[in-house]
Amino acid sequence: MTKKEILVREALLGSNDKVAADVRRMLRQRKILGVNLMSSPGAGKTTLLERIAERLAGTHRLAVIEGDIETERDAERIRAKGVPAWQITTGGACHLEARMIGRVFPEIPSDLDFLFIENVGNLVCPAAYDLGESLRCVLLSIPEGDDKPKKYPKAFLTADCLLITKSDLLPVLAYDLEGVKREALDINPRLTVFVLSALTGDGLEPFLEYLHRAREKAAAPDA
Amino acid sequence: MHELSIITSLFETLESQARDHGAARITAVELKVGPLSGVVPELLQEAFDMFKLGTVADGAALTIVQPPVRVRCRSCGAETEPQGLVFKCGECGSTDLSLAAGTDLYLEKVELETD
Repeated sequence: MTKKEILVREALLGSNDKVAADVRRMLRQRKILGVNLMSSPGAGKTTLLERIAERLAGTHRLAVIEGDIETERDAERIRAKGVPAWQITTGGACHLEARMIGRVFPEIPSDLDFLFIENVGNLVCPAAYDLGESLRCVLLSIPEGDDKPKKYPKAFLTADCLLITKSDLLPVLAYDLEGVKREALDINPRLTVFVLSALTGDGLEPFLEYLHRAREKAAAPDA
Repeated sequence: MHELSIITSLFETLESQARDHGAARITAVELKVGPLSGVVPELLQEAFDMFKLGTVADGAALTIVQPPVRVRCRSCGAETEPQGLVFKCGECGSTDLSLAAGTDLYLEKVELETD
């Protein structure tokens, strides 16, 4: 009987990362911007997507992959806006994984401008899984409270942008908006922060411009 | 709470390591888990102990190494450990940083036994 030690140095999520890299490559070849939306349940991801669908109708082509534990509800809301949507029900898993996206991918039209992936509502686990996106957005709604970034740091650490949503509620809630921005930027100084209301449309324009710029950058040959 | 899904993926790697090296069993596993990996070491340990029964790593000891968070400054080049959750350079205070360590989630090494 012999013993030996093997140095492996392999990422524990290596199989996820490989599929994510394939998805990212295919999206870039087709000049599609992949956007991963992460937040707690109820922060307004689907409502934001409905507004984006209305604003881009007729000028841009988009599709949405919806992640939920159960039900087809979110995909139905998106389809009602005339946007193709695929619902992934995880049956209990608290996050989407790249192979789930990989399975749906062959059905996605290849002539899109944007592919939005709405992750399972959860501010913790989704952050650990690369889905092949080029842009990762974390949403934090004002009713969730202003103490969240440092309580759930990983979501903010791995994001490219922070969307502080439901800004229409600012006048009625005690909320330290500047404090939230400061905390989030402490964790990730490279975050781009937007404050918006998907209900009223306030603050939506700067975020749409950001999406267009990100798409141009992701489609550039050296991206 | 995605530790079980991580452990499932770990055991796929362990099985293939044992196969590739013609090993009868795996006796020790070392993981590297950074504080910003989003994974709780205790839960990983529990999931490992549950999952290993009846596998090639049944009876394997799990060691979890936790390297500290380190940031590299793009302005002055220093590599420092941030204090708390405030990411700025410990030398010059710049916030133009890249993460050098802390999100690690690696299978570092395995100890194999052949009959």
